[in-house]
Amino acid sequence: MKEIYLDNSATTMAYPQVGDLVRKVMCQDYGNPSSMHRKGVEAEKYVKEAKERLAKLLKVEEKEIFFTSGGTESDNLALIGAARANMRRGKHLITTSIEHPAILNTMHYLEDEGFRVTFLPVDRYGRASLQALKEALCEETILVSMMYVNNEVGSVQPVQEAASLVKAYNKEILFHVDAVQGFGKYRIYPKRLKVDLLSLSGHKIHGPKGIGALYIGGHVKIQPIVFGGEQQKNIRSGTENVPGIAGLGLAAQMIYQDLDEKVNRMRALKQRFIEGVQRIPETTIHGLYDETSAPHIVSVGFAGIRSEVLLHALEDKGIYVSSGSACASNHPQISGVLRGIGAGQEFLDATLRFSMSEFTTAEEIDETLQTLYNIVPMLRRYTRR
Amino acid sequence: MRFHTFLLKYGEIGIKGKNRYLFEDALVRQVRRSLRDVDGEFVVHKSQARIYVDCEGDYDYEEVVEHLKRVFGLVGICPVVRMEDQGFEKLKEDVVAYMDELYPDKNITFKVESRRAKKSYPKNSMEISRDLGEAILDAFPEIRVDVHHPDVQVNVEIRNEIYVYSQIIPGAGGMPVGTNGKAMLLLSGGIDSPVAGYMISKRGVGLSATYFHAPPYTSERAKQKVVDLAKIVSRYSGPVRLHVVNFTDIQLYIYDKCPHDELTIIMRRYMMRIAEHFAKEEGCLGLITGESIGQVASQTMQSLAATNDVCTMPVYRPLIGYDKQEIVNISEKIGTFETSIQPFEDCCTIFVAKHPVTKPNVEVIRRSEERLSEKIDQLLREAVESVEIIEVGE
Repeated sequence: MKEIYLDNSATTMAYPQVGDLVRKVMCQDYGNPSSMHRKGVEAEKYVKEAKERLAKLLKVEEKEIFFTSGGTESDNLALIGAARANMRRGKHLITTSIEHPAILNTMHYLEDEGFRVTFLPVDRYGRASLQALKEALCEETILVSMMYVNNEVGSVQPVQEAASLVKAYNKEILFHVDAVQGFGKYRIYPKRLKVDLLSLSGHKIHGPKGIGALYIGGHVKIQPIVFGGEQQKNIRSGTENVPGIAGLGLAAQMIYQDLDEKVNRMRALKQRFIEGVQRIPETTIHGLYDETSAPHIVSVGFAGIRSEVLLHALEDKGIYVSSGSACASNHPQISGVLRGIGAGQEFLDATLRFSMSEFTTAEEIDETLQTLYNIVPMLRRYTRR
Repeated sequence: MRFHTFLLKYGEIGIKGKNRYLFEDALVRQVRRSLRDVDGEFVVHKSQARIYVDCEGDYDYEEVVEHLKRVFGLVGICPVVRMEDQGFEKLKEDVVAYMDELYPDKNITFKVESRRAKKSYPKNSMEISRDLGEAILDAFPEIRVDVHHPDVQVNVEIRNEIYVYSQIIPGAGGMPVGTNGKAMLLLSGGIDSPVAGYMISKRGVGLSATYFHAPPYTSERAKQKVVDLAKIVSRYSGPVRLHVVNFTDIQLYIYDKCPHDELTIIMRRYMMRIAEHFAKEEGCLGLITGESIGQVASQTMQSLAATNDVCTMPVYRPLIGYDKQEIVNISEKIGTFETSIQPFEDCCTIFVAKHPVTKPNVEVIRRSEERLSEKIDQLLREAVESVEIIEVGE
């Protein structure tokens, strides 16, 4: 059966070149970058090269790039590391109510550690309220964290405005951006945005799983959360995941090649998909779907069909999508994001996320639509009475 | 302490008269099977109404005991120290050392019980018990003898080597699998049905299983969960042939044609019919369900009668008088609980009516089923023909 993969916000297929490189580093150039001999130096070159590539794409210094085990660890290190290192200035943190669990649950952990956290509300399009941010800022505030692109509905957050607002209030307050869904779709320059910390992940940009990076501005005080052999300037101990790092570096470089063209194509496909979906009665598109929203995510509510059922029905036809967000959908809880944007009751448990990549084609979109036209009416016939 | 042998005690088999060897052979087979995946070399043999597992070389004691505890038919597992026969004086020393190591706290009562399988041994069993008891008493002033209710009974068996043991680890009980035929378990992803399978298997019954899945209403993961459960049950029951039946079309057809509040009962009647079909095909002698009176609407006395109405085979319901907590306790003990509580929908819960009938009338249900006459035979045939068979725990 032909497969149509529309779950690229959960994870992506690695570029074949990335796969080749990872294999080469694993099986041939497998040295430990900390080793003093040639094998180690060789491995270190891969790390250096990846750093150069990321630094160039973000327009930051190489020494400001740190590698982690993925987006989640980057977020943990940014929040916990910065909160602990700066707690003498205050113990108030701010984030939005629609962050990824890697942020929300870390914030809850910090609450248990004695920090106070404000969770900003969002408007009906899933964008954090700047007004609420302004009101939340206080003398105690030391860190604000805001995602670039929301993973469930694809809303783009007002990061630049928020960071300016925060820095105007007090430039000592650190600003963290979870750019896991935004990196590779937008050109993101932390220094221009006045952002101090920025998380990104390998497997969302056709790189390997188990690798991520954190940009830490040179001026930022941060404490490690992992202890060991003092690699990466003792900010992140542990032998570097050299194959992953090399793969991340290459994937990042590749995804930014011809970025505008790729994004335009995804946007056109998104538009085509939305127009097609809107022909199905009793459906709704969550969030915004104009130019201000992410080019690759569409969140659709189908009234009267449990998302899990529609998901499996599509799966049966070889089409892979997510219900809500894949990270949170293991436990059948209602999405906090959908609630946050005030989605109708009938859509809370009836929403699917379709997410595209540069490899998605118009034929795949059309076939997905055709499949939906066939199965949605059928499934609606058999709903719980 | 290093144990060289496990002496395995069995209970009910001992009274099975002329068939005893059949039961013993089945038990030896099951013991071998249970140790198949354990690292080490184990020689399993029976001798004088006992089964011995001789452990050659290195092995993990805990792991062996854990595996033996799953073998139905064993009532006790005794770790044995084997000693070379180097004269009675040496035996006394060795037994005293054995006691010292195994029972650091000497404030206990004990007795010595001897068996002389090797009749050429210079002392008889009475003398052996008496003299070894004396040696232990001499060595440890705090220890006392109690011949009626000792804390520790030291068993000494004189064979070519001398076997000493004093601990009995309780076994699973029951009868060896394979001595009482086979039955078909209706396995869902819930807590009850794996426990029901375990309990019937404990009486020496081999298992086959049938699972009904309803894609897209149930997921691949729900099916995987059932395979996982079958796998855990198979650690006790031996291999399970799992029949995965696609039930979606039948379910939707019932949903279309029959009163909604009767849906669950009618659905369960068709599940029983299909399970019975495979049971006959597999040579099973009965069906097993995890039902317990009154637990849910489909398990009231009336509902059970209505479901039972379609079966020609005996339906075994070992949990029928159990409370939920009692069932949970067993599922925790046998290791299925954590898997059972994973939150995936099973096909029973998808279309449940808000108010299902709790006192169905068999006649009424039969009449409702007549509405299905047009297509149901065809759908049943398709479901049976498209069955997926998974061999679990081979």
